Amino acid sequence: MTAATAGRVLRQLRHDPRTIAMMLLVPSLLLGLLYLLWEDLPTPPGQVAVFDRVGLTMLGIFPFVVMFLVTSIAMLRERTSGTLERLLTTPLSRPSLLLGYGTAFGLAAALQAVVTVAVATTLYDLSVAGSLVLVVLIAVVDAILGVALGLLASAFARSEFQAVQFMPVIVLPQFFLCGLLAPREQMAGWLQAVSDVLPLTYAVDALQEVGRSSEPTGRMWLDLAVVAGAAVLALALAAGTLRRRTS
Amino acid sequence: MDAVVVRDLVVERGRRRVLHGLGFSVPPGQVTGLLGPSGSGKSTLMRALVGVQRVRSGEVTVLGEPAGSPGLRRRVGYVTQAPSVYADLTVRENARYFAALYGRGAREADAAVADVGLADAAHQLVDDLSGGQRGRASLACALVGEPELLVLDEPTVGLDPVLRAELWARFAALAAAGTTLVVSSHVMDEAGRCDRLLLLRDGDLLADTTPARLRADGGSPDLEEAFLTLVRASEGVPA
Repeated sequence: MTAATAGRVLRQLRHDPRTIAMMLLVPSLLLGLLYLLWEDLPTPPGQVAVFDRVGLTMLGIFPFVVMFLVTSIAMLRERTSGTLERLLTTPLSRPSLLLGYGTAFGLAAALQAVVTVAVATTLYDLSVAGSLVLVVLIAVVDAILGVALGLLASAFARSEFQAVQFMPVIVLPQFFLCGLLAPREQMAGWLQAVSDVLPLTYAVDALQEVGRSSEPTGRMWLDLAVVAGAAVLALALAAGTLRRRTS
Repeated sequence: MDAVVVRDLVVERGRRRVLHGLGFSVPPGQVTGLLGPSGSGKSTLMRALVGVQRVRSGEVTVLGEPAGSPGLRRRVGYVTQAPSVYADLTVRENARYFAALYGRGAREADAAVADVGLADAAHQLVDDLSGGQRGRASLACALVGEPELLVLDEPTVGLDPVLRAELWARFAALAAAGTTLVVSSHVMDEAGRCDRLLLLRDGDLLADTTPARLRADGGSPDLEEAFLTLVRASEGVPA
């Protein structure tokens, strides 16, 4: 039933070609903007070029943000259209429903990541020391984290207006504190502590590891495990918010 | 054995009491009509039958199990008042998805679509259908599971008289084949098509009757008239 649900979600996407086009192309276009922004910026010797550092990080942040938004809206539509209530009267279990969403948008994210990574490394000369397959893998896990948090956030949104505003609430603090805007070592102690419990921090760190070393490092796998664990936790919490009986 | 047994059912939404200790039973293999004006608690009662309504007290037993039990989810079909299908999928894709959830295949899905008269619209997006067609698409997604109990909330709203007659004939055929149907309506002329009638008003069960008995008790061949007589009598107003 997870497969049937994932298939249904993907079929819904297929009927919306503009969303597919945006999902696949917007990250590449935005990355291109960053590339042009820093193209002529000199890189001090011995340092990683700004675009190589930030661009690589963005490969993890785009899928997270996009899937968070898409999922929270999709789930809110399930709630408001009455299909969720109906699904809860069918043999479909709540974990199957959520895993179906995770699978569908995870696949969409994989496609998005392949396109973005291909464009970034060819057109924009993004240099990555490690394997590009790992970059795609991390992007997909980030996307699944986005899906999981989106499912969870949608439980607290009564309207589309509220749902889209959860994006800055959930996403921006993680973005500010992930180490991209300011090195984590230089943050105030308490901010570092907050940064330590935000999953996006680990996603960004994993990507930096792949950017630095040609072989996958233990730290990268640990980072990835933390992100995956956070996604599972968020999915479990989201399942808890799906009440079969409502008043 | 009765398909549905409800005892002392009390439901509150917010601070308002919506159902005031209802009790009745629904025999199997019949069409039971749930009638009453809008706001009388019909939808709430139907939600309690399928186990998605939080209840304050009382018992709802469906096909021998407490309403909402996991085992019932294969045996009970529910169609909400507003069509609850995916607007961005075609009719056939909707039916096939729900078929998969009930463990049925594509052939059953296509048959259910044909059963509600949407074979010609099977490849259309639900979004592009008329209101009445959407309602039927929603119905097809419940029929596809071949449930033993079908709970239908106002399935004929917005349908033209010909389609309405067709659907009621379909309900009668399902009942004849052994399915139990609970169908709500706020139009009294549909009451005559039911085997049994439950008349609701302001969350109370005004009568548990049959069309023939309602006509006799209300002293009128017109069911609407008979219902009004009953309402007035219950309020102590002379008819």
